[in-house]
Amino acid sequence: MEQIAEQLPIVVHSLNIGFLQTLKLFFITLAGAFPLGLVIAFGSMSRFRPLSYLTKTIVWIVRGTPLMIQLLIVYYFPGLVLHNPVWGGGETGRFAAASVSFILNYACYFSEIYRGGIQGVPIGQEEAGLVLGMTKRQIFFHVTLLQMIKRIVPPMSNEIITLVKDTSLARIIALQEIIWAGQAFMKGSQGISGAIWPLFFTAVYYLICNGALTILLDRLEKKLDYFK
Amino acid sequence: MPILEVSHIRKYFGQTEVLKDISFSLEQGQALSIIGSSGSGKTTLLRCLNFLERPDEGSIRVNGETLFDAGGQKALSESEIRKRRLHFGLVFQAFHLFPQYTALENVMLAKELLAKELPSYKEDKKRIQAEIREQAKELLSQMGLSDRMENYPHQLSGGQCQRVAIARALALSPDILCFDEPTSALDPELTGEVLKVMRELADQNTTMIIVTHEMAFARDVASQVIFMDDGYILEQGDPHQVLEHPKEERTRQFLIRFTNG
Repeated sequence: MEQIAEQLPIVVHSLNIGFLQTLKLFFITLAGAFPLGLVIAFGSMSRFRPLSYLTKTIVWIVRGTPLMIQLLIVYYFPGLVLHNPVWGGGETGRFAAASVSFILNYACYFSEIYRGGIQGVPIGQEEAGLVLGMTKRQIFFHVTLLQMIKRIVPPMSNEIITLVKDTSLARIIALQEIIWAGQAFMKGSQGISGAIWPLFFTAVYYLICNGALTILLDRLEKKLDYFK
Repeated sequence: MPILEVSHIRKYFGQTEVLKDISFSLEQGQALSIIGSSGSGKTTLLRCLNFLERPDEGSIRVNGETLFDAGGQKALSESEIRKRRLHFGLVFQAFHLFPQYTALENVMLAKELLAKELPSYKEDKKRIQAEIREQAKELLSQMGLSDRMENYPHQLSGGQCQRVAIARALALSPDILCFDEPTSALDPELTGEVLKVMRELADQNTTMIIVTHEMAFARDVASQVIFMDDGYILEQGDPHQVLEHPKEERTRQFLIRFTNG
């Protein structure tokens, strides 16, 4: 116990740096996957068959295979198979590869949530807009969108909380996120070695982060309660 | 010249012919009631007028201008359809108010969006918006809803919702206002308050087409009644004649079921 108290400042400093990388990956994934998911949702709802089949196939592959495999393929395939290491070496390359994998993966999950949300808005809403002389674009932005957002907040909250934890998968390509930072103390780092507690301690970070997110998303849900 | 001329409209859903050679005309300032059993094509006819469905044959003329001709040229662009659609307003059976907007915002929204497309909007933004707001308030008061303007649809009764929907349609000053069974989703008490405002609109010579099961209302308010059956117009004419002395056996059967409850 005394030993842990001694190690704590060093470990916390390290974990903080790792968690910063975790958060970076988290936010960049959201920033990319929110819009890309909407594009994919429209693709899969397209009346142009080839487009909807193509997007549905992509969604099937991405949702049907483990994110960990996708990470490995995205990171290693260009260099090892195509002999064209687009990611370059180092943390920057790893982060870029992880971002691409996470954005694509989460966009596919989001697209299905969007699709459910859009199709859940009664067709009468669009027809009411049309007979009032609104364009499809105006109807989407002024009528459908907010009703869709209200519908998708609960399932999105689930995905967002899962994403916080899923970022740990980036450990597999040695991205220096919080799990990586915690594990370093097992092998030995900054004079601490053979310590497993820092790895266990990372759970606290996830827990606090998800607690804050839960409160935030609950608030958003309540905010949208003003209409039914 | 009649304000509306509908000629030889046919509409198919797959193999099923739901509108069979529909022709009628309507004079400015008059109300037309369309009656008939469910599935007779009444709603589809209104949807064709409002460009929510595309007839397979026939033409629609408003004020002498051909808005739609199935035999004519290529498909219309979205903006072209939009312009023509604005000749008509439509009040739905299920209201279809926008839930995230207050009653007042529901009435203002479409007009505001239209105004934003005007080149002069930016310079005159404040005045235009104030005008739209004033007009919307006036319409809502006319509907007896002055104290309900800031309420959201879920805070209103069915009858109040339908009156907001009527105000919303009127805000765009359509040449012809269509009602698709406007009281069928309402209980008898609420039906009365909606019929009352529709009666007032008729008194102000609003040109209206009303699909309804309210026979007494049709008789009192309409200047013309059409009875539809299985996609055909079976009978049309003066409301007293059609509703009290129908020529066709089928019309008689339909009306008997109604008078017997």
